[in-house]
Amino acid sequence: MNDDILLKVNGLHASIGDKEILRGIDLTVRRGEVHAIMGPNGSGKSTLSEVLAGDPAFTVTAGSAEFHGIDLLALSPEDRSHEGLFLSFQYPVEIPGVSMVNFMRAAVNAKRKYLGQEPMSAADFLKLMRSKREVVELDGKLTSRSVNEGFSGGEKKRNEIFQMAVLEPCLSILDETDSGLDIDALRIVAGGVNKLKTPETSAIVITHYQRLLDYIKPDFVHVLYKGRIVRTGGPELALELEERGYDWIKQEIDNE
Amino acid sequence: MNSHSAAMDNSLQQYLDLYDANSRAIDAGCGAPLLNAMRPGARSALEGARLPERGDEGYERTSVNDMLAPDFGLNISRLPMPVDVTASFRCDIPAVSTLMAFVVNDSFVPSRTLEERLPDGVRFMSLARAARECPELVEPYIGLGTGSCPAADLNTLLLQDGVLLHIGRGVRLQKPLQLVNIFSSSTDMMAVRRLLVVAEDDSEAQLLVCDHTQDREHRYLSLQMIQIHVAQRASFELYDLEESSALTSRISMLYAHQEADSSLTVNGSTLSGGKTRNDYRLDLDGTGCRTMLAGMAVATGDQTVDNSSEVLHHVPRCHSDQLFKYVLDDKSNGAFEGAIRVEEGAVLTEAYQTNRNLLASSDARMHTRPQLEIYCDDVKCSHGAATGQLDQQALFYMQARGIPQHEARVMLMQAFMADVIATVRPEGLRDRLRLLVERRFHGRSSATCADCGAAHNTDQVCSSSI
Repeated sequence: MNDDILLKVNGLHASIGDKEILRGIDLTVRRGEVHAIMGPNGSGKSTLSEVLAGDPAFTVTAGSAEFHGIDLLALSPEDRSHEGLFLSFQYPVEIPGVSMVNFMRAAVNAKRKYLGQEPMSAADFLKLMRSKREVVELDGKLTSRSVNEGFSGGEKKRNEIFQMAVLEPCLSILDETDSGLDIDALRIVAGGVNKLKTPETSAIVITHYQRLLDYIKPDFVHVLYKGRIVRTGGPELALELEERGYDWIKQEIDNE
Repeated sequence: MNSHSAAMDNSLQQYLDLYDANSRAIDAGCGAPLLNAMRPGARSALEGARLPERGDEGYERTSVNDMLAPDFGLNISRLPMPVDVTASFRCDIPAVSTLMAFVVNDSFVPSRTLEERLPDGVRFMSLARAARECPELVEPYIGLGTGSCPAADLNTLLLQDGVLLHIGRGVRLQKPLQLVNIFSSSTDMMAVRRLLVVAEDDSEAQLLVCDHTQDREHRYLSLQMIQIHVAQRASFELYDLEESSALTSRISMLYAHQEADSSLTVNGSTLSGGKTRNDYRLDLDGTGCRTMLAGMAVATGDQTVDNSSEVLHHVPRCHSDQLFKYVLDDKSNGAFEGAIRVEEGAVLTEAYQTNRNLLASSDARMHTRPQLEIYCDDVKCSHGAATGQLDQQALFYMQARGIPQHEARVMLMQAFMADVIATVRPEGLRDRLRLLVERRFHGRSSATCADCGAAHNTDQVCSSSI
């Protein structure tokens, strides 16, 4: 069932400066699947998401990544987005002076242009913004402000899911979307992600805690350590990690 | 103009020679005894003087001497200029359409339409004519800032025409006035011109000045002075927009004098040009003044934009802000030297200065030197300058959302200029400036009037009937 494969990462190595962070990642995500990636701090979880999204700060030194059959690593970050990849940032960036409305309009129309469609009319665009805001109960006032400027931690994360709702990706990478969220915000953000989930779309959820996985049920749980996926299991692996921590895995790997 | 040997190391002499040989023709061409009477004083002040060169104190990036070195033509005998320049002028800045004056090279273009439309109590006319017909309005202020530097003296020496804007006591204009300076000539040319603004007590006015070049073939130099007197409780706003060709140089010296409880906004935007040197000297001479001095520069290619400011607080309880921002691309050069001086006794002064610069290429250079001199206690002052590059994280964030890199860069550069644009108070003008800046960042400048009008589809055609 090769057609079902949305993302296939093979032996991916990536560095920043002289420092190698990803040291051979293998990961296959099929349509409709939710993968959780867990692991201790500094293991390369965020790097994996940033490399997949095309952050120029990192250099891919070996390996490949195919995204619904195309060479993901050959694409610019904007084209990866147009092809349906979405990264929810761990630390969403504040952009003073650029309004949310202009930002989203530029994003939506760039994608339409890529797909050979006409720009969206102002009325349709505002309608779209309004309906997608409801997914994460985002205050309308926020969309008239500069991108993420003065947003609370929770508002920033909701804003990420709002953007995801507008752009309708087929693969969403959620990088510690739960960090900095209180329990109510967590429920709203996770609820938003679940509402957007279809049998055709997939998600990679990067998290430290089992907590988020109570809301977003993973099909697979991977443990990333020292730039490699060292364990893969079902949801029960997350529960085990919650109970036992990472030390036992570290010891096993370090002794190998 | 007489041409001189390369042995001469200061280009001032050729202008002195020109004046000495043609002083009668210059006086006759001007025809205003008031202006002519100022020349001998300027001539003696310039004897033995030299024009500033690059590296002189305050001239880190600009050589006024080099800018004036080419043998430009001067229209001493006042040959009439082609008036179709203004007839074909199109402008799509809304709200500034009705009261529009033109200066072609250095001559005011008389317009009956303008005269008929001017409200009572407003004079917006040729400076030479005003100096003849109503010298009592010109005389008290025409000396403002003269004698402060050789370039200003040179302006006085060779000045034949310019513009007077006089806003009578208590007159409050609802809509901005507009002045368009156009270079248009069949040869290289230098224009010596002056804008004198007098805002009488309790008056209120806004003026947009646009500098344009009609062609991209000839070299032009403007040597201009702007003199502004803002009387008690008056409010005046000047929006000075330069969009000229890469072959155009500009030396502009602005002197403003504010009386008590007056308000002055000066916003100087350089969107395109060759070499630009703007000097601003603002004297806050009455208590309770409010002053906003803002500037922006968008430079590409080999362009140079050099702004030098001096805000002087002479008396208590005045508030001044300075905000200058630059975006420099390619091999362009920027300079900002800005001073705040709070004199003895000017207690309760609030004076702030900010300079921020973006280097969009590794070959662009910025020189900045903020200065703050305080000679009394009990004041609030601050200054800050920073030069950096586009925020790479923001750039990646935008790209990750699908915004192409080029567009993301433009959006970030546009956002960078947002607070300078926000100092423009008339909404129509502010929107227009925002659009012009955006177009500039997209690589489409409107250095000529024709571009400015043609690039945007509009029904509004402003033309001046002669």
